[in-house]
This record gives sequence, structure tokens and C-alpha cells, in this order.
Amino acid sequence: MSRHTLSVLVENKPGVLARVAGLFSRRGFNIESLAVGPTEHPEVSRMTIVVNVEESPLEQVTKQLNKLVEVIKIVELDPGHSVARELLLVKVKADATTRGQVLEVVQLFRAKVVDVATDAVTVQVVGNADKLTDFLRVVEPFGVRELVQSGMVAIGRGSRSITERTLRPVPLPAPPAAV
Amino acid sequence: MAEQPVPAETVTGAQSLIRSLEAAGADNVFGIPGGAILPAYDPLFDSVKLRHILVRHEQGAGHAAQGYAVASGKVGVCMATSGPGATNLVTPIADAYMDSVPIVAVTGQVASGAIGTDAFQEADIRGITMPITKHNFLVTDAAEIPRTIAEAFYIASTGRPGPVLVDVSKDALQASTTFRWPTELNLPGYRPVTRPHAKQVREAARLIVESRKPVLYVGGGVIRARAAKELRVLAEATGIPVVTTLMARGAFPDSHPQHLGMPGMHGTVAAVGALQRSDLIISLGARFDDRVTGLLSSFAPNAKVIHADIDPAEIGKNRFADVPIVGDAREVIADLVVALQAEHEAGHTGDYEAWVDYLAGVKKRYPLGYDTPADGSLAPQYVLERLGRIAGPEAIYVSGVGQHQMWASHFIGYENPQTWINSGGLGTMGFSVPAAMGAKVGRPDATVWSVDGDGCFQMTNQELATCAIEGIPIKVAIINNESLGMVRQWQTLFYNERYSNTDLQRTKGAQAAPVRIPDFVKLAEAYGCVGLSCESPADVDATINKAMEIDDVPVVVDFRVHRDAMVWPMVAAGTSNDDIKHARDMAPKWEGDDL
Repeated sequence: MSRHTLSVLVENKPGVLARVAGLFSRRGFNIESLAVGPTEHPEVSRMTIVVNVEESPLEQVTKQLNKLVEVIKIVELDPGHSVARELLLVKVKADATTRGQVLEVVQLFRAKVVDVATDAVTVQVVGNADKLTDFLRVVEPFGVRELVQSGMVAIGRGSRSITERTLRPVPLPAPPAAV
Repeated sequence: MAEQPVPAETVTGAQSLIRSLEAAGADNVFGIPGGAILPAYDPLFDSVKLRHILVRHEQGAGHAAQGYAVASGKVGVCMATSGPGATNLVTPIADAYMDSVPIVAVTGQVASGAIGTDAFQEADIRGITMPITKHNFLVTDAAEIPRTIAEAFYIASTGRPGPVLVDVSKDALQASTTFRWPTELNLPGYRPVTRPHAKQVREAARLIVESRKPVLYVGGGVIRARAAKELRVLAEATGIPVVTTLMARGAFPDSHPQHLGMPGMHGTVAAVGALQRSDLIISLGARFDDRVTGLLSSFAPNAKVIHADIDPAEIGKNRFADVPIVGDAREVIADLVVALQAEHEAGHTGDYEAWVDYLAGVKKRYPLGYDTPADGSLAPQYVLERLGRIAGPEAIYVSGVGQHQMWASHFIGYENPQTWINSGGLGTMGFSVPAAMGAKVGRPDATVWSVDGDGCFQMTNQELATCAIEGIPIKVAIINNESLGMVRQWQTLFYNERYSNTDLQRTKGAQAAPVRIPDFVKLAEAYGCVGLSCESPADVDATINKAMEIDDVPVVVDFRVHRDAMVWPMVAAGTSNDDIKHARDMAPKWEGDDL
């Protein structure tokens, strides 16, 4: 098994997420993470889907996704030529005695404190999956009260855009004739 | 030619829907009205272009739309109300999805403000049908109706055909709007590829001339693409043996010497053996279904595969394709013929003589056959054999699912595409009568025979009322063995003859009722049809002839057949095609295996 990151451009219409999620579950493919949001085109949304599959099932996933009428384009992002980020918000136990140590970790990871309470700090960490895992490993001894993590979003390096494409309409053909 | 834009005119959403269906080329709609769809039935009442056929159950509407679509080559249309009306369409929609039948299902939905409140007769039919439609829509804005209907017909009928559902909320039907038929479609994610890649076609041609043991494995895609003529040219130009799957019966004439019959679980020995021993499978619009391959890991172990399909997701799904070709079957075959001509002109021709001779020997040694019951009772296979001869290859045969389906596939004899209609992928019992009704509406000039089992027939025979009242004179041959025959056959073979719940006439240990329940002749008469029965081989021809003479009302013939007849050949589920039996405990001898 290996991890693959798919960027999926879809029409921004109700129900698209249900179609994609339903397809994965009924064809027996596991989604590791999924993030969806708008793009520079208001009528297009972009999903970043991380799946853990072999090569040939991945091809089947891509082909099945392509069959969905509202899926416009699928690009597999090469980890070497793309930037991938996840967002972590975590409440770490930190009272007057430990807060300094926690803040030192925050600084080392170039993370950011976004909320402070008397006995905890909420930290925002942005990075790839490894960085987030490392951060959690280091703050774990202080005590993690709650955490929430986003799916991965990723974009290819360089100036090329995968959304550069036409949304051109096709002429409506006449109704098919009988035999 | 695209429709010219017409000046906008204020109409209701319901009127817009009916006009849209007319503009999309629909001429028949099978359906049942109800609360949420009611507004649409008012303008439908006045339409001169649309004939609405009032069915007795929405499942019948869906299967009728399928039968209509396959027989006529046009998009079939069915209509139902929200909630139970829509959920009753689920089976035919799933069936159409599996067998790639172009239908558009229009359903009413509760008013948009009530969606999500568990309102009366509310069901999320768009959500329910997401996995079983090619695409589906929920329309809550009347202005979206024409564009949605145009897209629905376009998606249903192009690329790999399939069912599309359009759910329209009641308030959208009642709203005031303008009707304007679109001239173009905005479907950026839908671009079916029909033109095959020239390089792939050349590569396929090269493999074909290099192979020694090729087989043309023909699937339903050849029927949908209307490529039977092209297929015949390809087959005759190369001399390559042909097998036609259950979905492709009629794509190549059964009488043709190159035809080995149907492959698969109940395929002929020659067709199954040809695929198993082949060195090159040329798959045209087929999908390596488990009923064809048997145990996949042992299927055609020495064959390379050329896999041509309009749906890229079918290629390599079950079996690795050495040469994948995405395209419409008709275009692929036509291009292959040209590419093969080029190979021939360059002096490369295939040498298949030994292979063809070998298969001719297998076909001769193991023809389709059956035992005539010693007690003088009726063999079901004989009924279908005679039906095929008497009704002829121009008639359309529409089957249910089970033993009678396999016998109908084997023994009727098909010479023309679109004359065999059945539920192949989903295996829907009850398909036959309503699908035959739809086929007759789509091809009123043709004789349409429903071939049904007594189990199947009891699932949907209420559509006989529709046929009688609407003047749709189908003919029904019930192959009545008083049981759920295919399941009973499995119980005979694999469950030690323990006939759990497959006997339709008596319960365990009880005596048979003095009369059969129901009496199909009386049932037919109650529905305004002519009812006939036949239980002796001597009466078969006369009974079929009598049914053929009746042209003004539907006819139902109760053929009371021997109940222990079995479907052979057979590859037991989950085993290798090499283990095919041509009769009980009889395995073919594969002479010349070192070919």
C-alpha cells in the first residue's frame, strides 16, 4: 500500500461531496483524509483526497471518480513536486509552572498560540503530516486535552495551474433517432 | 441539428417539464400519478406528442421504459410521484444501471420548503439512487427544468448509456417560469470518448494477426452501439470465432458457423472452452463479469487481452488489458477492420485454421442439448426451441430471470440485435412482462414474446391489465415448473435435494392443491387477455400458432413443463471454467489440449 494525494476539481454543486464519499465507500476504497473548499473559479471546488491503496486500485479509483458527471478533473500530486499542509489545533495542559516549556516547543515548531487559559494553551500548528505528528509527540507529556486536525490540502510547485481549463459548453445534439 | 431558441413564454414549471420532455424527443411515458407529481399530469393530459401509459406499479413503469429503450434504441421515460412512487422505481433504475439502458426517470418531490422534514411521502430519492444512476438531479427552481431535462437525456443516451433520475419539487412544478429549450449544455465534467486511439487500434491489429487462438468476446456494448453489421464484417474478414454474452445475444447470428454461442456459467462448452484455451481475447463492449469468467484467477490463463469499451473504468477492472481501447464499439470495430486490412496488405495474416477446426470439433461433440422426459411431460427447452422456430428471428423475446432465461438464451435462436431483452447484470425477477410491454410500445410492428417463469410472472403480472387496456398485445409464454426453478436446481446440486422454499405449489409434506394456484389461464382472462395452456409436446406447435394468430389482445400461455429439467452446461459458482459440466457429473473431454 502507498499513499497518494489526489486533487479533484468538481463542480460547485450540492451533493458533490456525497457522491465522492459514497463512491469511495461502495467501491471499498479507504479515504485517509479529505479536504474541500473553493477555488479561484466560483463554479469550481477543489477536493484534496489522500488514499492508501496499491497502484492498480488507484487507477480504478481515478477512473470511477472520472465517471462522476460533476467531477471535472483529477490530478495526482507527486509529493516531490508539491506542497502539502495540514492544520492542527490542540489544547495543551499548561499552568504557570509548565507554560514556559510549552511555549518553547511552540516556538521550536514555528507554531502559534491562539488562545490562553489559566491551565491550558491552544496551539495552531501548520505543516505536513510528519511535523504535526512530531509536535504532538513532544507536547504529549504535558497532557493533550483536545485536538482537531484538518485534512491535507496540497498544491503543485511551479507556475502551472491545474484549474486552467475551459468550462466550455457543448452543443445540444438533436434527439437520437429510432432504429 | 440543434433546436432554435424559441421566444420565452410564461408557463408553469409543470408545463415546462412536459414541453421539455417533448423537445427531448420523448414520445411515450410510463408512469403513475400521485401527490407531488400531480401538477405535471395536468399539462400531460393535453400533450399530443406524449402518450402516457398508466401502469399498475411503478416498477412496471421502469422496466417498461427499459424494454422500450432497448427495442427502439431511444431513451425510455418513466414517471412517478415522491416517496413510495419513487422508491418503487429503484429496482428498474438499478437494473438499467447494470445493463447500461438509457432511461430517464422523472419523480415528483415534496415542496422544497418541506424537504428534510420527513414530510408525507418524502424520500430522498436523489440520495437513494446516487449509487445506481449514471447521474441524478434535484430541481427546486422551475427555471432549471428545461436545462436539466436536456442534460438528463444527453447523459442517459451518450457514452455508456444508463439511467438518469430527475427529481422535481412540487413547488417548482407549480411555479411560474419561462420555457426556453437550451441550445448547448454546460457539463464540463462529462466528455465521453467515442473515437478510439489509432495507435491502440494498430497495436490490437498487430496482436490479432500474430495470435493463433483468438476469440471475439462480444458483449452488450455491441448492441448498444448498434455495431452488429460492423462486427459481422470483422468476424468474416478474419475468420475468428465469436462468443456472445447474455447481454449480446443477437449481436451475431446464432446460425453463423463462426458463432460458438454464449460463454459463462451456463455457456456452451465451445464458447467457454474457446475463451479458456484462447491466446488472445478480443473483448468488444464486454466487462469480464464474474458470470463469464468463473473463478477469475483461472480464467483464460494463456490469453492476452484486447479490451475495447466506451467506459474506461471497465478496462482492467477485473482482468488486465494488454491493449486497452476506449471508444464506441462501432467505431472501434470499423477502425479495427481498416487496421487489419493494412496488416493483410503488408503480408501479415493470422493463421487460425487449426484453432477453428479444433473448436468446430468441440462444438460438434458438445452441442446444446436436453433430455426429453421419459414420462411424456413437456421439456421446457423444447417449448423454447419451437417458439423460436415458429415466432422466428424477427420477433422480440423478453425474458425474466432464472432457468427459463438461460433456456431462452440458448434455444430460441437469435439472428438480429435488439431482439433479445433481459435482465443480465442485476438479475431482476419480474422484469419480463413490463419490459415486454415497453418493447411492444417501442416496436409496435414486431411480435413481442415475454418468456417468463411462473415465479417471475407472479412478481409483475399486474401489467397485463395495462397491456389489455392500453392495447399493447404482447404474448407471454410462462415456463411453468411450479417452482423457483434455478434455486431449486442449486438445491438439487449443492444442497442435497433439500427444497427449502422453492416449491410454489405445496408446502413440505403437504399434498399439492387440487388446482394450481393461481390458475394462470383464469388469471389471464381476468386481465382481459386470452389464456391458453399446454402440457403435452404434441400440442406445443398448435398452441404457439394459436397465440401467434391473436393480434388484438395480449395472450398468456401456461406451458406446464417438467419440473426437474436443469440448465446445462454449468460452471458451479466460484469454480474454474475448466470445471464446466455439460450435463450432470459429465465433464467434457478436451482432446487436442496441446494444440
